[in-house]
Amino acid sequence: MSGNSDLKKWFSTGTPWVWTSAGAVSLSLLMVFGVLALIALRGLGYFWPADLAQIEYQLDAESKIVKVGEFHEHEMVPSIQLREAGLYLPSDDDLVKRYLFKVGNRDFYGQDFRWIIEPSIGETSYPEHLMVLERHEWGNFFGHLLQVKESGKVVAEGDAARAELDRRMVRAMDLHDQIKTIEKGAIGSVNYRMEKLRLAKRSLELDEVTDPAPYGRLEEAKQELDAEYQVLMGQLNKLYEKSKRDSITVSDSEGNQKEISLHMIVRVYYPNSMGVFDKIGHYIAKVIEFVSADPREANTEGGIFPAIFGTVMMVMIMTVFVTPLGVVAAVYLREYAKQGPLTQVIRISVNNLAGVPSIVYGVFGLGFFVYFLGGNIDQLFFREALPAPTFGTPGILWSSLTLALLTLPVVIVATEEGLSRIPRSVREGSLALGATKAETLWRIVIPMASPALMTGLILAVARAAGEVAPLMLVGVVKLAPSLPLDGEAPFLHLDRKFMHLGFHVYDVGFQSPNVEAARPLVYATALLLVIVIVALNLAAIAIRNHLREKYRALES
Amino acid sequence: MYMTAETNIDKTTAARARHNKMRMVKDVLAKYAVSIGGTSVILAIALIFFYLFFVVIPLFKAAEIELVASYKIDGTNASETLYLAMEEQNEIGVRFTRSGVAEFYNLADGSLRYREAIELPAGATVSSFASAALEHGLVVYGLSNGQAVVVKHHYKVTFPDDLRKITPQILYPFGEEPITVDDEGDILSDIAFQNSEEEATIVAATNDGRLLMTHLIKEESMMDEGMFELEQENLTLNYDASTLVYLLMGQEQDKIYAIDQSGELGFFNIRDKEEPELEQRLRIVEQGERVTSAMFLTGGISLLVGDSSGQVSQWFPVRDEHNNKVLTLIRSFEDQDNPIDKIAIESGRKGFIAADREGNVGLYHSTAHRTLLVEPLADTPINAIAISPRSSAMWFEEQNGTMQFWKIHNEHPEVSWSSLWGEVWYESYEKPEYTWQSSSSSSDFEPKYSLVPISFGTLKAAFYAMLVAMPLAILGAIYTAYFMAPKMRNIVKPSIEIMEALPTVILGFLAGLWLAPFIEKHLPGIFIMLMLVPAAIIAAAFAWQFAPRKLRHAVPEGWEAALLLPVIILALWASFGFSPSIETTFFGGDMRHYLSNELGINFDQRNAMVVGLAMGFAVIPTIFSIAEDAVFGVPRHLSHGSLALGATPWQTMWRVVLLTASPGIFSAVMIGFGRAVGETMIVLMATGNTPVMDMSIFQGLRTLSANIAVEIPESEVASTHYRILFLAALVLFAFTFFFNTLAEVVRQRLRKKYSSL
Repeated sequence: MSGNSDLKKWFSTGTPWVWTSAGAVSLSLLMVFGVLALIALRGLGYFWPADLAQIEYQLDAESKIVKVGEFHEHEMVPSIQLREAGLYLPSDDDLVKRYLFKVGNRDFYGQDFRWIIEPSIGETSYPEHLMVLERHEWGNFFGHLLQVKESGKVVAEGDAARAELDRRMVRAMDLHDQIKTIEKGAIGSVNYRMEKLRLAKRSLELDEVTDPAPYGRLEEAKQELDAEYQVLMGQLNKLYEKSKRDSITVSDSEGNQKEISLHMIVRVYYPNSMGVFDKIGHYIAKVIEFVSADPREANTEGGIFPAIFGTVMMVMIMTVFVTPLGVVAAVYLREYAKQGPLTQVIRISVNNLAGVPSIVYGVFGLGFFVYFLGGNIDQLFFREALPAPTFGTPGILWSSLTLALLTLPVVIVATEEGLSRIPRSVREGSLALGATKAETLWRIVIPMASPALMTGLILAVARAAGEVAPLMLVGVVKLAPSLPLDGEAPFLHLDRKFMHLGFHVYDVGFQSPNVEAARPLVYATALLLVIVIVALNLAAIAIRNHLREKYRALES
Repeated sequence: MYMTAETNIDKTTAARARHNKMRMVKDVLAKYAVSIGGTSVILAIALIFFYLFFVVIPLFKAAEIELVASYKIDGTNASETLYLAMEEQNEIGVRFTRSGVAEFYNLADGSLRYREAIELPAGATVSSFASAALEHGLVVYGLSNGQAVVVKHHYKVTFPDDLRKITPQILYPFGEEPITVDDEGDILSDIAFQNSEEEATIVAATNDGRLLMTHLIKEESMMDEGMFELEQENLTLNYDASTLVYLLMGQEQDKIYAIDQSGELGFFNIRDKEEPELEQRLRIVEQGERVTSAMFLTGGISLLVGDSSGQVSQWFPVRDEHNNKVLTLIRSFEDQDNPIDKIAIESGRKGFIAADREGNVGLYHSTAHRTLLVEPLADTPINAIAISPRSSAMWFEEQNGTMQFWKIHNEHPEVSWSSLWGEVWYESYEKPEYTWQSSSSSSDFEPKYSLVPISFGTLKAAFYAMLVAMPLAILGAIYTAYFMAPKMRNIVKPSIEIMEALPTVILGFLAGLWLAPFIEKHLPGIFIMLMLVPAAIIAAAFAWQFAPRKLRHAVPEGWEAALLLPVIILALWASFGFSPSIETTFFGGDMRHYLSNELGINFDQRNAMVVGLAMGFAVIPTIFSIAEDAVFGVPRHLSHGSLALGATPWQTMWRVVLLTASPGIFSAVMIGFGRAVGETMIVLMATGNTPVMDMSIFQGLRTLSANIAVEIPESEVASTHYRILFLAALVLFAFTFFFNTLAEVVRQRLRKKYSSL
């Protein structure tokens, strides 16, 4: 009896509701840190070289196969589901543990991953000699190294093969680098200049120049370039010839053999024979590759350097636009505009623009910047390239401008707040000493408000770095052939399309043909993006807290 | 001491004065520069709204026409004209005459460009005429000897000297030899014809009232390019065609409509060419009215019937409950008052022109049920009328022989307020529906631009997100602002801000690739969680009272949230740990299967629940921050007063603090709602983006924002589709702006109230 009334009384005090509301906070915190932890774990785990397991796997009651691969995630599944799918189950438990097993060798099996169930896994071992080949095509290869060949002749076999392969890989990597330098650098540059010449000729035609002299000069330049191109192609062919000299013969766990040329290989390692320090070394090398290399295999392997570069570039150009605009607007609203109902309405509107969906800015950017402004710029200045658009197509300039517009309210609001926090006494002191309003603003008020401005800018940058929806309309692509900044005049190519971390996550995670294989890379990319954004936000929060303390001291 | 070079100068010197003057000038300049700069930035922001508006406006404009030329063609007789048509560039028009001559004119001035007499068998005269679907350019002459001749008007485009040159031609795609339709050789009084790459069908009525069908199969010769053989089959349909006035065949050669003057229609299914079937007979005009014109709409599905009262009605076969195709009246246009003599159809879209006996011409669009224009253009009845293939010009001949060539500005007839927001009966649909389907591979496609399903999807996604976010965010805000220890608050607030800063693309990616499969596998776990977590919290709170005093005193007040962390983790772990066992015990091992088989609920992997959770996550911090501000801002003396009068902290919270802060919480919810409505990446990635209208939590959806992101890169600039997507953006803009402004106004009032308290 008394227990029941106790409970009633306890409920009537409202204590359980206080705890429930506390539970809401705990749940929210768990969600935030859970999401961060999930991304961190999966993203960081991507680079660690997993051990290669060799397992015996029961296909049905009679047949067994040997498989080599990496264990990934696992889960518990009701066995009925598996039986209904027609899977052979040796045990009759209700629940079965199943693993996602990466078997690699896409050229043999078609898929990198498959689900395997625990009861069917027989003997598992981790032989030291199992090899992982990271390749330029077909994903990873897991298996045994049989022979090393030079021009088709076997030079090493068995245990000697490993050392021989390591030695020859050095040469292969070097050749690969040389090829890349010529292909990307020199030939890219020749092509770029060639296109410039074509446009120059076309613009002469458009201007109806009849004098043959300029055409002759262009023709000469073109022939020079052609010659240069021929020389480069010659070098390139020779290098290709060389790089195809060495090859290896490998076999998978089922005995399928394959010959792989060394120029197709990115990296060779033997995870089961690696010590912890080897693995750490490998890990670091992979992280460096991730942030500094170009993507491979439709973005599902390799690095994300162009995406990092594109994001940074876009955000920097955006900052160039948004800073002066935001500051001028804030100074006007706070210092010069007559403080009346109209200013109040404007202030509320600006504030509300921060809540307008980003896709709306994207639509505006596409219609106004790309098609209207860009289209007219092309008509006026880039007629020679038409009908191929120069600025009349999505590009980094339009992306930066669109995001500048999107983040403008953030900067305006933060700067205005900074301006309003500056005590009257400071202003009045300056004016009393005979400074004009402009001088007071420039020398006293704005410097004092600059940390607030910085906070606004950092928040703007953080928002811009994570925004994807508008960029999908105004300039981001899944694979940009060249960076927006390079060695060809005018160095900064504002008309180029670019890659972006956020879009990379979307594209590789959802549009790539091999989502399962690409997923770890997406987690790693997401992690990088989250780190950048969380760091920026923490910086903004720290500056803001510091500022509050400072002004509190000033006011008292 | 302030010592510079200048201070040495006496204050009254000219240099000093000049310096001061410069300072003043600079001050004024700065003022103007900042004012102009500031206003232009604000104007630039306002430009967004106006630009969107500017792009959308043309959608709702009426059509405009302008007269280019009016002329009489010398030496011709208007009654001779059977048919007019135009080529794509609006440069040349063709006129087929009763005497079997094709004349090509320059449309701009009416001068004759080319003339060719069609080869007719000796002694035969033209007795009837029909045109195939417009894009083929084929016409057929029915002759008095029971034969028919098929010709094609074709325009060869060449570019000699970089200038476009169009050469009109008459071709005989089915050979110059006439096709015998009536083996008895009677006069073909009415005829219809349609063709495809490899076959063609002619239907004809004879003078003695028989209805005949000829089916031709064209076999290209393997040896010679351009050579072919015709395989022909003739058939007589069982129908009295003696009173027939209109004979029409669908573009797909699948149906025939035979209409007599009193409005009786016979509907034949001729999909099986060996056994044509009479599906239905019905009256298509009201008693006392007569059919004055009939025409297929582009695509060969809808029939347009003009009657003597000036009404144009649209009909197409609709499947009824017995699975029979029944010709049904879909909609009618009643903007003209005189008998509709001629109907001309647009190619490529579902518009048409109707000309009545008084010379009024009306422009219509069927899907949008829109009358774009009705104007009196001619003094005498119109004899023949043509629309250009791009629907940008028309050309007609009056009975008195005058020809008029008009330009038409009618870019977006397919949109009307009712087609965007109302139910529309689309071709081949069983009933009027809300549908969004903007494109397809076929050129005769009827675009379906109803914003209802995607607006519904937007609200559905926002609803589920708010369902997740509101309780968590508001309760959390109350606790954080009022009960939480300041030290913990200093950790919680920045954490929530980080939550707000997380890019939505990452939340969307996790929702689509991690959460959606997770929920699919642990569906029972989700429902257990919903019960277990709150129960565990209450149980933990109750148990805490009986904890050892020492332990209770070790944890200061305001740290309950930290204490609950392990409890909640445990509850979550238990929910999902037991999920597979529960699934096996109660749902036969597969809850998803159970839902669809036993309960008939469809389950999509990427469904509203996933969106609700992911977008709820994104919206929590928005609501939390504003609500927390509102609760924290409630003046302390109010709560102190209540506590002093003996209320418990929760009673004080509930009756005093929350009441005061409720407008602030309202504005937090509004802003959160605005954010959920406009969010793009999460819904793009966490739903299947299917525009279905269904409130089910297990089904997908498509929102306005995701729809824009998916479709705008592929839409053609300035097309109707493009402008409708802009309209969607404008709707989003207006919607969120409205809610945000409302919230902001409420918040400002609240702030004033607090300061007065």
